[in-house]
Amino acid sequence: MTAEIGSDACFTNRIDPGVDELVVNVGPSHPSTHGVCRVIVHLDGEVVTKAEPVIGYLHRGIEKMAENRTYLQVVPLTDRLDYVGSMYANWAYCRAVERLAGIQVPERAEYLRVIVCEMQRIASHMMSLGSAAADTGAATMFIYAFDQRERVIEAFEELCGARLTYNYVRPGGVSFEIPEGWTERVLQFCRDHREGLEQMDRLFFGNVIAKDRMKHIGVLSPEDAVAWGASGPVARGSGVNWDMRKHDPYSVYPRFDFDVPTGSNGDCYDRARVRLFECYESCRIIEQAISQMHPGPIRTPGLPRLLAPRPGDAYDHIESARGALGVYLVSDGSVRPYRMKVRSPAFCNLALLPLLAEGHMLSDLVVILGSLDPVFGEVDR
Amino acid sequence: MNIAALREHLCATYPDLCPLFSIEFGDGVLSVDPDRLLEAAGNLKDLGFDRLSVVTAVDRPTHFELVYRLYARPMSAAVFIKCNVDRENPRVHSLAGLWPAALWQERETFDMFGIIFEGHPDLRRILLPDDWEGYPLRKDYQDETLIRRPDYI
Repeated sequence: MTAEIGSDACFTNRIDPGVDELVVNVGPSHPSTHGVCRVIVHLDGEVVTKAEPVIGYLHRGIEKMAENRTYLQVVPLTDRLDYVGSMYANWAYCRAVERLAGIQVPERAEYLRVIVCEMQRIASHMMSLGSAAADTGAATMFIYAFDQRERVIEAFEELCGARLTYNYVRPGGVSFEIPEGWTERVLQFCRDHREGLEQMDRLFFGNVIAKDRMKHIGVLSPEDAVAWGASGPVARGSGVNWDMRKHDPYSVYPRFDFDVPTGSNGDCYDRARVRLFECYESCRIIEQAISQMHPGPIRTPGLPRLLAPRPGDAYDHIESARGALGVYLVSDGSVRPYRMKVRSPAFCNLALLPLLAEGHMLSDLVVILGSLDPVFGEVDR
Repeated sequence: MNIAALREHLCATYPDLCPLFSIEFGDGVLSVDPDRLLEAAGNLKDLGFDRLSVVTAVDRPTHFELVYRLYARPMSAAVFIKCNVDRENPRVHSLAGLWPAALWQERETFDMFGIIFEGHPDLRRILLPDDWEGYPLRKDYQDETLIRRPDYI
């Protein structure tokens, strides 16, 4: 018997929805889970009815290890949190130490921190956009994005010798003065990067397949974004205009003129596009910072190697590429932290996955996970 | 909004919370008992604290200190809630009903400290394997692979 294609008779063998539930285990070692994340997916046909992330595969106990090291020795540990954006964890930790110990940071060091962190934002967003594109099948975009990222990594390598774990921001300043001609190369990169961003915008965000795969997928309402503790591009993609560089400013950010891009639909497309536009703003901040920066000391002079801050606690946070990255430090007056807690934006954003994935197809789960941009070094700590 | 204005605002709206509010090193801190935690957190939520950014705990020699950090976006103000719970029977009411952000963070605090959050819908280990024994961030946690580094002074 032949049935007309497209008619119901074609699908007589299909599983009746609501009767058979299929449980599929995605990950932990799966290329599109962006690290080691396992998702237990309950499927009705091809539609996700429940997605439950299982994390902890990369848990190294960094918070416990920090209790066993001096304040300066913890900085390399913070590199290993968000290994796509090590500068952020360095900076957030150092801000908490500086607040706890009452250290004043020289102005030039603050500018250098801003410059490297905005470059880090570009590198991190390029990683995110590239892998989000690869998730939807756009392999060319992946290469374009990683080409841009490589330029930032090369500049960091020139600056501090490392490509991923920089250990650059230290309590009281930064570790190295910039090399000769570095700012000119960074400015040249900013000019080239804008061209690259426009190219990527045309190549990927104007593409009909990318739009089909990402629009109206994983929609997050602004109310949910706030209540679930989402931050960074995930919250801003839903139209929550909240960026701590602007609305709870720290360091020298009030001196720069920049915009906070927000989305309107809260879907995967908006979250990805917010990241693209943030790279333009980062270029603007880098250029302003380089023009405002004056020569001067890059480290607080006379700072002891063994810091023993006052007993008490301190919390400080920065806007990382993934959102509000905070470090809570408790001191008992000794040379080691009594307790260190990292408020990880990737951890809080990943908690949204069950909410966002429900009702979508299994193939969309990968896109939704990519749009949350989790880095599992930071999720699992 | 600065801390003094926040204190005034809090005292005008909820006079019974006023004596619990203190300023520690420039941060506003509300110290509450475990049985009043849910009520105080609900009051702060009504006051405009729409984000729960941190849930964590500190193992003090005599008790566990629970630390919550709330943030009010309209006011750009932050406040800590600190709540001391008994070390032998650490129980406190969950805040997941007020802010879903607490769901995973309370699970993590349970995982690391063994603090029971009553009313949490899904309280089980999150970072460590389900069959892990002990609560690693407690100061008395013993593990043969845990080596104390020598003192440097």
